[in-house]
Amino acid sequence: MLEINNLHVKLEDEDKQILKGLTLSVEAGSVHAIMGPNGSGKSTLSYVLSGRDGYQVTDGTATLDGEDLLSMEPEDRAAAGLFLAFQYPVEIPGVGNMTFLRTALNAQRKARGEPEVSAGDFLKLVRAKARDLKIDADMLKRPVNVGFSGGEKKRNEILQMAMLQPRMCILDETDSGLDVDAMKLVSDGVNALRDAGRAFLVITHYQRLLDHIRPDVVHIMAAGRIVKTGGPDLALEVEQNGYADILAEVGA
Amino acid sequence: MNAHSPRAQRLAARRAATQARIDTLSPPAAPAWAAPLRAAAFARLADMGLPEKRDEYWRYTDPARLTAASPPEADVFRVTDEPAMYEGVDRLKLVFTDGVFDADASDPVAGEGIEISRLAEAAETPWSRDLYGALEARAQAPVPRPMAALNTAMATDGVLIRVTGVVSRPVSVIYRRTDPAAEATLHHLLRLEEGAELTLLENGPVAARSSIVIEADLADRAVLHHIRTMGRDHQRIAVTHLFARLGADARLKSFTLSMNGALVRNEAMLWLDGKGGVAHVAGAALGDGAFHHDDTVFIAHRAPGCESRQVFKKVLRTNAIGVFQGKILVERAAQLTDGYQISQSLLLDERSQFLAKPELEIYADDVKCSHGSTSGEIDADHLFYLRARGVPEDEAKLLLVLAFLAEALDEIERGELVEDMQQRLRGWLERHSH
Repeated sequence: MLEINNLHVKLEDEDKQILKGLTLSVEAGSVHAIMGPNGSGKSTLSYVLSGRDGYQVTDGTATLDGEDLLSMEPEDRAAAGLFLAFQYPVEIPGVGNMTFLRTALNAQRKARGEPEVSAGDFLKLVRAKARDLKIDADMLKRPVNVGFSGGEKKRNEILQMAMLQPRMCILDETDSGLDVDAMKLVSDGVNALRDAGRAFLVITHYQRLLDHIRPDVVHIMAAGRIVKTGGPDLALEVEQNGYADILAEVGA
Repeated sequence: MNAHSPRAQRLAARRAATQARIDTLSPPAAPAWAAPLRAAAFARLADMGLPEKRDEYWRYTDPARLTAASPPEADVFRVTDEPAMYEGVDRLKLVFTDGVFDADASDPVAGEGIEISRLAEAAETPWSRDLYGALEARAQAPVPRPMAALNTAMATDGVLIRVTGVVSRPVSVIYRRTDPAAEATLHHLLRLEEGAELTLLENGPVAARSSIVIEADLADRAVLHHIRTMGRDHQRIAVTHLFARLGADARLKSFTLSMNGALVRNEAMLWLDGKGGVAHVAGAALGDGAFHHDDTVFIAHRAPGCESRQVFKKVLRTNAIGVFQGKILVERAAQLTDGYQISQSLLLDERSQFLAKPELEIYADDVKCSHGSTSGEIDADHLFYLRARGVPEDEAKLLLVLAFLAEALDEIERGELVEDMQQRLRGWLERHSH
């Protein structure tokens, strides 16, 4: 589904190479985890895939279902089924959470040639999904993420994911700032979305999230590349021994 | 001052020029009772002189186009792509066409607790005689407002409204233009007796050049909502003054939506004379191209326990200029004052400009006053967040601009009017997105 081949990325304004030949293939129905020390380029990967400004691709490709992601506008990537759960969801004063979600949902549907969801149907749907994530009506009414706690912001990301039903979900450090209960809520939300037609790329610094969202494949990233790939056990190895041993082993 | 100092000479020259101009003007004969009040206004004007760019109060806005002997013609702008403003709102319509009250186009004047007449035919009443020009004269200190004195002297028409009860049906003053060269000088008087309530709406293109003064006298516990929209006519040259005094526990909320216009200066001077008064003045202005919009506000806290808010937001594109001059004066007696002032601009490109002069002058020692002024562009992180969820760029920008304006629109209490405003803002933003 998501194919990344030899991806090289530098900062647009600086002569600083961040991704240095990253290759990765995520097939439908699977959950891949990317772990790595700080500064390995994990978040850059998520931003480049979702189309944020400030990066320049100097080599390589990234495709979603065979379509060139890197040449698409961010909104077109979203409509094509890509979703990034942000590490730091922004607060947007003045834009209502519900207005935002409905605008996003209908914009994506319009881009795909699907009919819009009526206000009534939308309301029913969002209420049901919000209940599962223990997001109360007041949070839905507030401006996007404004006054939300760290955990509430992450839950709101998962709510958006549940509403938009993307096919390729990237979770960037979704566990950061979450307590145990919130981690469980968020993981349950993600697990409920797992199915044969959908794939996940879970970026995390720590293993603990992977106790809740069980990955099929674990990648270790360092210095802008995937340096090691294995099964769920690889995450446990990191948890026990840290990154140093693995990095030494692969000579990164 | 030495009579031969450069400053004295400049003042003498200004007075001479102003007097020469006054000599060319003949004030309207009607209503007869206003004649001495007009003469007094001319005397005030002759003494202070017409404004000049060198005046501190006009530093950011050159008054030349307001003071020129006659205005340039301006195209009559007809809105054909939107329904009329407030179409679905039940209201009493009073229409002015080219600055003259248009009885045929207006609703019959009737209603419980409200008396309405037009300035040009108004019979003499103690309240109107006492109010006409009185708040304008009071507003001449500490800062002279010569354009308002000129209005008092020369106003040809306007509405005089006295409210004695709670009037729920808004009075809607609608301005229409047919003549490309018409100039209009209108003067409205509002007297709200104790506990009276009124909503006053103003909308429509007034004239190629216009001056409108509102003098509002709110007795104790009176409530006035004033909602004004200044339409889409691009060549509009306009100056307005809102003067209001508030008695104890009286409340005033004034909101102005302004779109386009070559030169607009909206001044407000409000006095919180009684305990517990509440005065809010807010505005949203959007301009693209040859647009110069100036909000100049002065709120005087003169009694304890009053609240004031000034909330002004401007969206500027393609060389548009926005100005805000706002002052909160807290007199010694006005303990427990709650004053708030915010002025912000959203610059949609690098060529636009926002000039702000926020001022606080406080003589009481137990007050809460805050003010802030910012100027910035659309937040790139906000924009990316919306786009990453699938909202197309133009729509995302529109949502963010509306979000920027939300705090000002929150100052409008009547929900049905807010919706209408939002539709118009959306329309403007869609038309001006490229």
